[in-house]
Amino acid sequence: MQIALFIIFGLLAVAGALNLLFQRHPINSALSLVVVMMSLAVLYWSLGAEFLAAAQVIVYAGAIMVLFIFVVMLLNAGEEDRTHGSKIAYIAGIPGAAAIFGLLTYVFLENRKQLGTTQLGGYLSSSVSNISEISHTLFTSLLLPFEVTSILILVAILGAVVLARKEL
Amino acid sequence: MVPIAYYLILAAILFSIGIAAFLIKRNVITIFMSIELMLNAVNLTFVAFSHMWHQVNGQIFVFFVMVVAAAEAAVGLAIIIALFRMRQTLDVDQINLLKN
Repeated sequence: MQIALFIIFGLLAVAGALNLLFQRHPINSALSLVVVMMSLAVLYWSLGAEFLAAAQVIVYAGAIMVLFIFVVMLLNAGEEDRTHGSKIAYIAGIPGAAAIFGLLTYVFLENRKQLGTTQLGGYLSSSVSNISEISHTLFTSLLLPFEVTSILILVAILGAVVLARKEL
Repeated sequence: MVPIAYYLILAAILFSIGIAAFLIKRNVITIFMSIELMLNAVNLTFVAFSHMWHQVNGQIFVFFVMVVAAAEAAVGLAIIIALFRMRQTLDVDQINLLKN
């Protein structure tokens, strides 16, 4: 059952990513990125990360992509021109991306025995739920980084407000 | 029972598509979206390894990546708006303020 889930949503994620690549209008790209994020949320859930699946839907698909679509509509972005991009991108970039993919795939397939397989549910060593385990770690040993992120968010809000003002 | 390697290969596929989109696309908003795609691919790797080691530390790392991605999106889109006000274009080929 889990392999069926993986195949369906993995293919959906790859199809969404390819659609992002081939669509020329930014709105179409944004909506296909939402498809990728939703299918990744399902994959997180199948890996036993329920909290992250919910956070993925709420934060990524809900907040960040709405921000993107809002900016696309605000700036009235149309279809991009069919220009020939930089030569270096085509000569070095695309083979480089293919080489990274080939290398990673080779390493992962070579070590697939050591990497093991997934089990659906109840994978943590202690028999507590995923969310209580995360919150326990987050609010005890990782409390300082958690508080620092709130300062980061505050700085980002102020920066966004300052940058998007009329007179810059 | 899915091998962890399959999840990692899926993440590698998504990351490579993100790199390709980053290099090919000419619209600055779409380039920004491909960065988000790459971040998502890395997040999938973190969650898969977290599952493999039976620990939640990887998931907490993903949580922090999400926070940083949200902050990055807010600031980056504000920069794009400021840039659009100044140049009236979203094409990265025409944004060459530092060139001359």
